[in-house]
Amino acid sequence: MKERLIKVYQGFGLPRLIISAFLLVLILVAAGTELSVAGLLSDSLVRIGQNGIYVLAMVPSIQAGVGLNFGLPVGVIAGMVGVLVAMENSLLGFGGFIVALLVAIPLGIIAGYLYSLLLNRVVGQEMMVGTYVGFSVVAGMCIFWLMAPFKNPALIWPVGGQGLRVTLTLSDTFGGTLNKFLPFQIFGLSIPTGLLLFYAFLAFLLWLFLRSKPGVAMEVVGRNPRFAVAAGLNINAYRSLGVVLSTVLAAIGYVVYAQSFGFAQLYNGPLMTAFPAVAAVLIGGASTSQAKVVNAIIGVVLFQTLLTVAMPVTNVLIEGNISEIARVIVSNAMILYALTRVTGGEQA
Amino acid sequence: MNQVKKFVSKNAVPILFAIVCLLGVYYAEMPGQFLLMEIVKRMARNSFLVLSLIIPVVAGMGLNFGIVLGALAGQIALILSTHWEWAGIGGLGLTALLATPLAALFGFLAGMVLNKAKGREMITGMVMGFFANGVYQFIFLFLVGTLIPFDNPTLRISTSPGLRNTVNLSRLRGVLDNVWTVQYGFTKIPIVTFMVIALLAVAIWAFFKTKLGQDFRAVGQDRHIAGVAGIQTDRNRILAIVFSTVLAAWGQIIFLQNIGTLNTYNSHEQVGTFAIAALLIGGASVTRATIGQALMGTFLFHLLFVVSPSAGQAIFGSAQVGEYFRVFVAYGIIAISLALHAWRSKSLSKVSMEEDVTA
Amino acid sequence: MSVPVLEMKNISKSFYGTQVLKNIDLRVAKGEIHCLVGENGAGKSTLMNILFGMSVITNTGGYDGQILINGEHVAFNSPKAAIEAGIGMVHQEFMLLPGFTVTENIKLNREDTKPNLFSKIFGKKLETLDRKKMSADARTALDKLGMNIEEWVTVEGLPVGYLQFVEIAREIDKEGLQLLVLDEPTAVLTESEAEQFLEVIRRLADTGISILFITHRLDEVMAVADNITILKDGELVRSGPTESFTIAQIAELMVGRRIDTSARIGGERPKAATEKVLEIRDLHVDMPGERLRGIDLDVYKGEILGIGGLAGHGKIALANGIMGLYQSVGQVRYEGTDLPLNSPREALNRGLAFVSEDRRGVGLVLEDTIANNIVLTSMQVQDKFLKPGPLKLKDQKKITQHALESIERFDIRCTGPDQIVRRLSGGNQQKVCIARAFTQNPKLFFVSEPTRGIDVGAKARVLELIVELNRMGATVVITSSELAELRSISDRIAIIYEGKLSGVLAPDAPDLEYGLLMAGKSLEEVGVSEGTAN
Repeated sequence: MKERLIKVYQGFGLPRLIISAFLLVLILVAAGTELSVAGLLSDSLVRIGQNGIYVLAMVPSIQAGVGLNFGLPVGVIAGMVGVLVAMENSLLGFGGFIVALLVAIPLGIIAGYLYSLLLNRVVGQEMMVGTYVGFSVVAGMCIFWLMAPFKNPALIWPVGGQGLRVTLTLSDTFGGTLNKFLPFQIFGLSIPTGLLLFYAFLAFLLWLFLRSKPGVAMEVVGRNPRFAVAAGLNINAYRSLGVVLSTVLAAIGYVVYAQSFGFAQLYNGPLMTAFPAVAAVLIGGASTSQAKVVNAIIGVVLFQTLLTVAMPVTNVLIEGNISEIARVIVSNAMILYALTRVTGGEQA
Repeated sequence: MNQVKKFVSKNAVPILFAIVCLLGVYYAEMPGQFLLMEIVKRMARNSFLVLSLIIPVVAGMGLNFGIVLGALAGQIALILSTHWEWAGIGGLGLTALLATPLAALFGFLAGMVLNKAKGREMITGMVMGFFANGVYQFIFLFLVGTLIPFDNPTLRISTSPGLRNTVNLSRLRGVLDNVWTVQYGFTKIPIVTFMVIALLAVAIWAFFKTKLGQDFRAVGQDRHIAGVAGIQTDRNRILAIVFSTVLAAWGQIIFLQNIGTLNTYNSHEQVGTFAIAALLIGGASVTRATIGQALMGTFLFHLLFVVSPSAGQAIFGSAQVGEYFRVFVAYGIIAISLALHAWRSKSLSKVSMEEDVTA
Repeated sequence: MSVPVLEMKNISKSFYGTQVLKNIDLRVAKGEIHCLVGENGAGKSTLMNILFGMSVITNTGGYDGQILINGEHVAFNSPKAAIEAGIGMVHQEFMLLPGFTVTENIKLNREDTKPNLFSKIFGKKLETLDRKKMSADARTALDKLGMNIEEWVTVEGLPVGYLQFVEIAREIDKEGLQLLVLDEPTAVLTESEAEQFLEVIRRLADTGISILFITHRLDEVMAVADNITILKDGELVRSGPTESFTIAQIAELMVGRRIDTSARIGGERPKAATEKVLEIRDLHVDMPGERLRGIDLDVYKGEILGIGGLAGHGKIALANGIMGLYQSVGQVRYEGTDLPLNSPREALNRGLAFVSEDRRGVGLVLEDTIANNIVLTSMQVQDKFLKPGPLKLKDQKKITQHALESIERFDIRCTGPDQIVRRLSGGNQQKVCIARAFTQNPKLFFVSEPTRGIDVGAKARVLELIVELNRMGATVVITSSELAELRSISDRIAIIYEGKLSGVLAPDAPDLEYGLLMAGKSLEEVGVSEGTAN
């Protein structure tokens, strides 16, 4: 029994144990107040499904040796364009959702490929370059949103007839398409079945890919590029593959996020998307050089539950909204920890 | 002719931005007097912060995204000085003095962290800035007024925890700028502020003529070789960050005395990005930065800032476009500089990787 | 005779129970040029590390024996102490800062300073550099070497050949320099630069500075040395005045058989076939430090061909070039058709396999499991270990089964197929590499430095495995710095000198012939008949 416990502990890792224990304490505290624990957990489930795909997107880039994909906004933007195209044409329900994906995915492939060409030239500095490429793309797209040729009055500013609004609501188009698919209640929990199924489906596909021949090759390229060359693999091609997969997942992730959240926030909205996702995958046990699908799943579950439960509980204990600050502190502490732990990668 | 070519290729970035700025000035059609006033004000406000970035670049730690820590130290000192009602130029000096040990401590901690993340200093510095921001907000938005007893109506609304969103720095507003000003048209030139900036420039210049400055340069060129020669590389790196952080704290104090109000939770957020963008626009890179580049960059970047909205209005019929454009430029120039740097150093590391095989 | 500047007596050193130096004696007189020669791993660098009190020595229990400087006992516990005692070192890699001027490099961390107002308050570190004095000193040092480069230019722009002189200038600028250690300083120099360099060394020695010169180039040794000391396997083979040696003798002593000659492994083999598998014509390989400069060589079907030569002469580059890992030009025909160069994929597809000399860098994915390391290349190149179907999913069951078989067959000591390769010993890591090559079922098998850094027991096993693979029908090309090892398993041995083929010998050819070929002398030149080689 003791040995098994030790094994579970080692497999799970100390950071995750601490966070789990902290979560448990929070939930117990919540149970002691007038807060509805079931309600909190239901909210957590929605947020897990809503953010999970972003975290999955970290896995292929890490595995391909590109590291944490701080350039996630590159894919998010592709997802945004998909959502906007669907909304411009007033497509409802699944139709809108699918059209959004059909636009977002090819755009994500193109954007991800171009982004990977850059990353392949800045080996060793991908994270920093990626961060600022992401920021630049978001800032550049701000100009695009102002001048974009969208005509649907629901999207553009009422005055002047040009420029997209800052916040768009999806409730009358395809908001909640997935969340409202086959929902059910159990023990007072509302389960967003469609959302979770879609997430699980993508996680499964990614898991499958990582076990396939190209997936294995990508991992080898990430772990030891010189071995990969000697095994006849094209390093840049597999790095690109990892970045494209990551970017496409980010694009899909945005479409799913938007339909679940019910709003699309343009302009500076996606600026910091990468950070919570990076933190989540690290919390899940990944490092800057190794990540599995299960890390992404554990990470998003722990991180999002923590944030969802922490907010109302601390609201009861102290005034003010601490959730945002908790997110900033926890996620950046986690990233700092990961950055200072790994060795190598010395600047030439 | 050849010399012209060399000059252009060496200064491609500032020349390009000078052209963009000139176009902006042309389309913005701003009155020259107004433009001058804005530029003088912004140069006085920002130059010190940009100069604070030079030392870590020379010491080989790249662009110090962690100057946010220094800015935070400066703000904490300002909050306390407001609380204790320090006023006038003496009060400002005292505030700077108060910020110094705080910034030195932050810089020391940051330097220790960065020594554990060699080769990833910049991203680590950036994340450290975000993290410090979170802690700062946690302290001043939640702990102050709850766990930390603090009752001062100018700083707090007693009904909710945390400091006010904006703190009026009325006792310190413009105290440095107004010691001695010279009027030129509409423009008040804050001579003393510029003298302080000039003093810093001279100090940095002189510093690199000293033994310690030479050690920083050596460590910046190659840690390994400097170490073999007996220079304590890690210690020098920490020191470089301490200097930079302290300078940034003073810079932020100068910045805020000019503005006159402290946005408690936002004033520092873009400090790193904007100062770094300014330095890079002046033609600096991740491994090379001079005083001239810092000052030239501050000038060009803020000129761009001033004219962008009007130019956007004139060209695209929307001032917003201009505003987004300048943010895009700030991020874009950083992205490009980082990419170019990585590109170059990659070709170097490739060579050394191959050499390892035979070693 | 006066007291020697440096005397090392009875120096012995063990690392974790393995003796790497045994009773070494070394004497260097004032103004003497003393050459220290030996193959890689002979113990030269350990000896120098001891002299300099490097932390690798002090942290591993120190050393036995005595060191005397000018007849006085010393024991340096840091390089700083050694430098203060007047010993200077010029490293193999340049210790120069590219963006600094020649003066700044010469004075690195020894800058002359003048006090100023702030230094009086904040301490010496803030004293201003005395550039005038620094320049003057640098000029003096450069003049001593007869160098006419300007002291104010940045090092970045200087030709590589000059960098070495700047390094020496730095050493002689140090006060009281008595002994200068030069660690393979000519490796990067062109021939004319090397000549100029030797000239400078003689000039320095004439001023009374003693020189300890470590090099692989035996011509240089003969040209410049007063005395020569030869190390092999941590032991002093012979020491004496230059006149008492010939080049061939030195080479022979450097690489000669160990006392405990390993017996021939695998017994006698059937006579090698005459069918050529691989025809190499004018192959150049751009591998830094091991450049191959145009080689012609044939490999016969079913043989074990050994590739030998001194370090830095390009023997390592042959396999790396053919496998496409370094830029190559030339012609290689494999089984009668051209083998495209610079394409690892093509080489692997044609049935070539390679066990790299850089086990941890190229040979293994250290963070991956034993099982994956064994099957990775076959999976990617030959589509083995995949489940049927369009998805090409890996077949974990087959992988584990194959790994278990390999572990058993190659006697890999581990906790199981899922153990991470990093945690294995060097010998077991090498067995994993060989298992990977076996899995590829190669027709032509290149293996480089198969026993480097592994313990004695594992060594024999690894060599046996190579012979076993050969018996299964693979042609083997084995590259090694250990001649004894090559002779124990090869059918023929090709010696590479300065990037070219020096000659081909039978494994039982006399040591002298090997020595001659490694020193770049042809056998006819010295009147040895080349009857033994085919």
